[in-house]
Amino acid sequence: MIGIIRDNHGQDQTSCDPTRSHARRLGWQPRGDDQARAAIRNVVGEASVRKGRVDLEVPPLVENGNTVSLAVSVDSPMTTTDYVKTIHVFNEKNPQPNVISVHLGPRAGRAKFSTRFRLADSQIVTAIAEMSDGTFWSASADVIVTLAACVEGI
Amino acid sequence: MARQLINVPAKVKRGQVFEIKTLISHIMETGFRFTTTGDKIPRDIVTTFSCSYNGEEIFRADLYPAISANPFLDFFTVATESGTLDFKWAGDNGFSETASAKIVVE
Repeated sequence: MIGIIRDNHGQDQTSCDPTRSHARRLGWQPRGDDQARAAIRNVVGEASVRKGRVDLEVPPLVENGNTVSLAVSVDSPMTTTDYVKTIHVFNEKNPQPNVISVHLGPRAGRAKFSTRFRLADSQIVTAIAEMSDGTFWSASADVIVTLAACVEGI
Repeated sequence: MARQLINVPAKVKRGQVFEIKTLISHIMETGFRFTTTGDKIPRDIVTTFSCSYNGEEIFRADLYPAISANPFLDFFTVATESGTLDFKWAGDNGFSETASAKIVVE
């Protein structure tokens, strides 16, 4: 029973799996580690972030963290009065919390982009979209990485 | 001179949403790696990318060290008029590249 603590209610609490506990704590709210949280606060300010409308496509299991495909799409009509202004992507365990910030407008037609990014560890990736009406929407995804990026020497 | 790859449809119908794919060769050195002798390798990344359609900006991205080498970006826009799409990359150490593509709107 190494790594398992039995609490008073008889439920198992694994102490050796930080990803799971992060997932529980993160929920829909931007609450990764302090750095990621600060980066998200920096973008969002005091506004509340709701879960939904954003679709974050990341492979659940990644062999090589050096190139991970990332696609974000947001449910929006993309008209001149109702469109997606910005899409930010954050991670919680890379040396830096930011991945990319994309600025769109009504001329984008479709609120979707894709790119490739690096992951230094198994972690949660979060995408936050800022709409033209000032609301924020988010989506998170759990990624398991077997070969990490960033940390290797040359 | 960094090599670029741009993929834009040659002809599109007016009002149609079309896809633009771009890729540029760049090392995207994170600044978090060390050589075997323990020296830090300085950061060298592309920091911004923008695309304008007949002079009007339609897409802009701020890139961070977490973006993979040879940054690839795929996005969309609405076909309005025939003209040119201008792409611009800028980064550390004065990195600056441009590219353009013609688009015919029917």
